[in-house]
Amino acid sequence: MRDVVVIGAGMTKFGELWGKSIKDLFVEAATKAIENAGVDHIDSMYAGAMSSGLFIGQEHLGAVMADYLGVNPIPATHVESACASGGVAFRQAFLEVASGVSDIVLAGGVEKMTDGADVTDVLATAADQEYEVFHGITFPGLYAMIAQAHMHQYGTTREQLAAVAVKNHRNGAKNPNAQFRNEVTAEQVMNSTMVSDPLRLLDCSPVSDGAAAVIVATMDVAKKLNKNLIRVLASSQASDTIALHGRKSLTTLNSVVKAAEKAYKMADKKPTDMNVVEVHDCFTIAEIVATEDLGLFEKGKGGEAAANGWTSIECKMIPVNTSGGLKSKGHPVGATGIAQVIELYEQLNGACGARQVPNAHVGMAQNMGGSGASCVVHILEAI
Amino acid sequence: MITARYHREIPQRYRLEASKCLKCGHINFPPRLLCPECKTNKFETIKLSDEGKLLTFTVVRVSSDRFSKETPFAVGIVELNDSVKVTTQIADVDVDELKIGQRVKLIFRKIQDDGKAGIHCYGYKAIAI
Amino acid sequence: MIGIVGFGAYLPRYRIKSEAIARQWGADPEAIQRGLMLAEKTVPGQDEDTITISVAAAKNALRRAQINPQEIGAVYIGSESHPYAVKPSGTILIDALGIGPHVHVASYEFACKAGSEAMYVAYSHVKSGEMKYAMGIGADTSQGAPGDALEYSASAGGAAFIMGNERVVAEILFTHSYTSDTPDFWRREGEMYPRHGGRFTGDPAYFKHIIGAGAALLEKSKLTPKDFKHVVFHMPNGKFPLEVGKRLGFTKQQLEVGWLVPLMGNTYSGSSPTGLAAILDVAKPGDLIFMVSFGSGAGSDGFIFLVTDEITRVQERAPKTRDYLDHGKIYLDYGEYAKFRHKIRLND
Repeated sequence: MRDVVVIGAGMTKFGELWGKSIKDLFVEAATKAIENAGVDHIDSMYAGAMSSGLFIGQEHLGAVMADYLGVNPIPATHVESACASGGVAFRQAFLEVASGVSDIVLAGGVEKMTDGADVTDVLATAADQEYEVFHGITFPGLYAMIAQAHMHQYGTTREQLAAVAVKNHRNGAKNPNAQFRNEVTAEQVMNSTMVSDPLRLLDCSPVSDGAAAVIVATMDVAKKLNKNLIRVLASSQASDTIALHGRKSLTTLNSVVKAAEKAYKMADKKPTDMNVVEVHDCFTIAEIVATEDLGLFEKGKGGEAAANGWTSIECKMIPVNTSGGLKSKGHPVGATGIAQVIELYEQLNGACGARQVPNAHVGMAQNMGGSGASCVVHILEAI
Repeated sequence: MITARYHREIPQRYRLEASKCLKCGHINFPPRLLCPECKTNKFETIKLSDEGKLLTFTVVRVSSDRFSKETPFAVGIVELNDSVKVTTQIADVDVDELKIGQRVKLIFRKIQDDGKAGIHCYGYKAIAI
Repeated sequence: MIGIVGFGAYLPRYRIKSEAIARQWGADPEAIQRGLMLAEKTVPGQDEDTITISVAAAKNALRRAQINPQEIGAVYIGSESHPYAVKPSGTILIDALGIGPHVHVASYEFACKAGSEAMYVAYSHVKSGEMKYAMGIGADTSQGAPGDALEYSASAGGAAFIMGNERVVAEILFTHSYTSDTPDFWRREGEMYPRHGGRFTGDPAYFKHIIGAGAALLEKSKLTPKDFKHVVFHMPNGKFPLEVGKRLGFTKQQLEVGWLVPLMGNTYSGSSPTGLAAILDVAKPGDLIFMVSFGSGAGSDGFIFLVTDEITRVQERAPKTRDYLDHGKIYLDYGEYAKFRHKIRLND
């Protein structure tokens, strides 16, 4: 396998972008990435999106985006893995370069969620239709059940969940592309409208439009373009049962555990080697569980870690979601996995301004689909 | 129109029919073509126990349009007596009195309607016992 | 010996007090309660309907009968609130209970006596030797028009009876039906609420047909009113059954056990059947039971039952009717009631 380097990145703002279509969003991000990379061509492209079919009636997204990006006839593939679509798209791009098939590949992700579909219904297609969704469960409901079980088993508290949201908004306030640039207090989080007990509105990532794209390439291409060498040290993926009730444990996300194990092995690194981590905080509880299952904290202690500030930029222990996470940055589903990689790329390039982690040179991104049925983990290193 | 899709699941939703692997005894609910434990494909049909305990639950207050007139309603994961776990609504209950570990029983109720003119869809819900 | 081998009732947990309905429409709650002798009624949950109620009642009947469901040759459900206008409620019930597919299924309708009809036809199939077991169910979730007198009484519930010829718990000695074209209460196709002729529903309808069937039963059987331990009539409100009982020569005490209506309301096709189930829950061997239903339009089905020694074997096998009536009640206010009963116009 050849070494793979990220040589460019670009994204739209995330938010309710009424004036932009799915094509506008993807092309804006992809064009920025291509310009940022300084390449004059790409060999292949991947477009991650969870459900353009249900959100706007458009499938065949690879073909659509290759057309509108003006890169026909290169191969263009739509990648879907629910909320991990972006991360899996990145992995596919990585594999295509690592395997020697292509030298320069674009990995993009996009979602257009505000065109009028029943968002709760569409997002629920990431769960088991016949045995979960049929009974009325929603995504907040699934994570709420994980939260209840985690609180029951480990004593995680309502305040600890709120601490995650407060931190992520504080970080997002420093991110020009974030959907929400306001800070929130713990009181605001704990008094926000209850969505599915115990998760409230401010425990949940929002509905967003947006797109993000990166260019991956060989070491040679990167050197010729005089790029900082931000190498993809590890790329791993794992699966688990589609239904939450099928899992061995309600409080451990095995797809995260397995993907992380393989990633650390591939990178020859330990959790304590990570300088900055982007995790999939679709809900505050998801960040707490992910930090445990990525091995950053002991099982059951993720809430305590968040409340103690150990995941904040200031604490310098292990900053998590310096981008603002899905909570504050926004969660255009298919774009999220790519946006996480972009945050690492910017951190490792020293380009994050007010939210820069000093001397960050190894970063990890964890992107997850559904209630944890799929997970993809990447580790990047600035060499 | 979900008529064929709905019809296929009737033995499971109405009668809790599951398949038990003849080789390793693992129970699949719903039945599957391949045993996830031992990867063989010979099964016998069994009926699950209709009693169990609540492993976790939530109260859905913001639902999809389809269930929006029924909020707030409780949904939980129940571990039945034969260790099979199911996701189900918890009916006729004061949502503030639900507790993890509580004993429940599965009963027959209407789960949803396919719109104003589509079919009624029935299945299991849990009640506290 | 042909008769009931298993029986069971089911009532939903939700209730609304007649005073809540009265206050909603500016009526005097005390006058209503005095006039109709109704304190409260059952309300079906949003996830309950005639089919789910029938399944619950039938499960209790099967628990009592302890027969192989596959041996049931026919299943009839009588209701005036079948969930489908076209698709019989019984098809869903048989799949839920593991009955069939070699079974005959039909839906019956005759206003509030569709349940007793289903029972009568089920009994007739067993009596004729056509099949070993047949089940008749009466269940309803009827609607009362907002602000109308019937809104105080229209409630939800049902009872199921398995007829057979072995281990009979209540033998059917005599039956008699009495029917005529009497337009006292009806609902046109497509209309949400029924209409009725006010006081015309009394003497020319309810009383005439119950007395018609009841007197014929007494004549046929050569029995007199005082021979009977328990009596149950269709119960549209608290007053009517007591009055018709009096006119036929029965005492209030004989009606007491089956007289569920003050707390249950009028479960329409489930009315006299649930009264009968409540009687069978506590009946003793040798008791004679007199039952006459009434369905608007109009007609009555009458039955005389003789309780056998087998009754004590089955009573404790399933929840009793009064377990449902008296325990686990959840009270609704009028707004919740209107929402549950789909009386609010939605944007769909």
